[in-house]
Amino acid sequence: MDIIIILLDWIPYLFLGLLQTLGLVLASLAVGLIFGLPMALGQIYGNRLIKSVISVYVWFFRGLPVIVLLFLFFFGIFPSLNMSSVPPFVVAVVVLGLRGAAYQSQIFRGAIQSISEGQMTAARSLGMTRFQAIRHVILPQALRIALPGWSNEYPTVLTDTAICYAIGVQELLTRATYMVAQTYITMPIYLAIAGVYILLNYAGMKALNMLEKKTSIPGFGQGAL
Amino acid sequence: MTDAAFFTEVLIPALLKGGVVSLQLIALAAPFGLLAGIAIAIGRTYGGRVVSGLCHGYIIFFKGCPLLLLLFILYFGLPSLGITLPAFVAAVIGFILCNGAYNSEYIRGALLSVKEGQMIAAQALGMSRWQAIRHIILPQALRRAIPGVSNEFIYLIKYSSLAYLITVTELTGAAKIVAAKYFAYFEAFALVGIFYLILVSIATVAVGVLEKRLAIPGFSGK
Repeated sequence: MDIIIILLDWIPYLFLGLLQTLGLVLASLAVGLIFGLPMALGQIYGNRLIKSVISVYVWFFRGLPVIVLLFLFFFGIFPSLNMSSVPPFVVAVVVLGLRGAAYQSQIFRGAIQSISEGQMTAARSLGMTRFQAIRHVILPQALRIALPGWSNEYPTVLTDTAICYAIGVQELLTRATYMVAQTYITMPIYLAIAGVYILLNYAGMKALNMLEKKTSIPGFGQGAL
Repeated sequence: MTDAAFFTEVLIPALLKGGVVSLQLIALAAPFGLLAGIAIAIGRTYGGRVVSGLCHGYIIFFKGCPLLLLLFILYFGLPSLGITLPAFVAAVIGFILCNGAYNSEYIRGALLSVKEGQMIAAQALGMSRWQAIRHIILPQALRRAIPGVSNEFIYLIKYSSLAYLITVTELTGAAKIVAAKYFAYFEAFALVGIFYLILVSIATVAVGVLEKRLAIPGFSGK
């Protein structure tokens, strides 16, 4: 019983960690989306230079472990830009966001390329500019096709936020380890935290599945491709 | 110490040492992670209600729990239950458990993609269920699972860096130690980054070759 009382005492402390974790997830997904989608467009419709720059970017961010990226930015890049006072949380969002952009760009690229080229030709022949065709014809379809793949980014980013422990972001796992050190209770705390991650994972996937259903166009979907 | 001497006499030897530990972690975890994935996928697909439910629970837990937390549970948590593992062993076990869960999803998809009629046909020829899985279904399914499984292998290379956080001095850990001692974070992590990029690029090419070599001519898998 003692254990339960101690754990209850710590709930507000852990709750703040939960907020940080959720903040990291949402901010990183958003940064990834904002950079990832233009990168996908650039990789498909851009000139040779743009294409190769983006390929190198993707190769770099997909080839490095999260922890190496975190250390490189937190101890290397940010201090060398005279920005060592930037809080770890911001560094974590930058790293997870830029990395997410690399992964997300490939999801969007696949979705855009799955739309037959004839649609672009048809839109152009109707007098649309290239940009209009992308904006009004290609993207509304491609984004729907990309959604299932994009949804898979959520659990990846969620579990990756735990690695931000390494640079001292006060997220769920960091706070849990502090709590373990203070209370000497180990397994119950770790398992409870694991339960929280699993619940977050499940709830997020449910929400994204609902979004998938809501945005789907009747008659246009997996069967139509 | 000159800059060049720092690289050739301190940083690179330390990283090579750490790199060997990283490779050991990966080489031990990858085959068992594949076996675990196959076992869980078969249990989930062909097992009875209980076995299938247990396998599903396994996947939910190990895919939902961050790998780092899993490593903490194995290394810092288990001693409170009287089980003390060396850090290296805890890391390998954590990688196998996690890798197995992710692999099993790809393998299960591949198992389900083999037409049901093949199982019926094999059993009609007098094979047991297990024989049919072993000799008919798996040889086809595993080939189809190669792209997914090799993706997970590449993830394993990158996530092996988390072993540093439970005190295994692998590649990332070696870099961190040198970086802190000589205050050369940028150099150390830039070089470590190059190490990982090389490892991942080699692995990407290697799994591509493997996929081609294992392909059966005329059997595209679609």
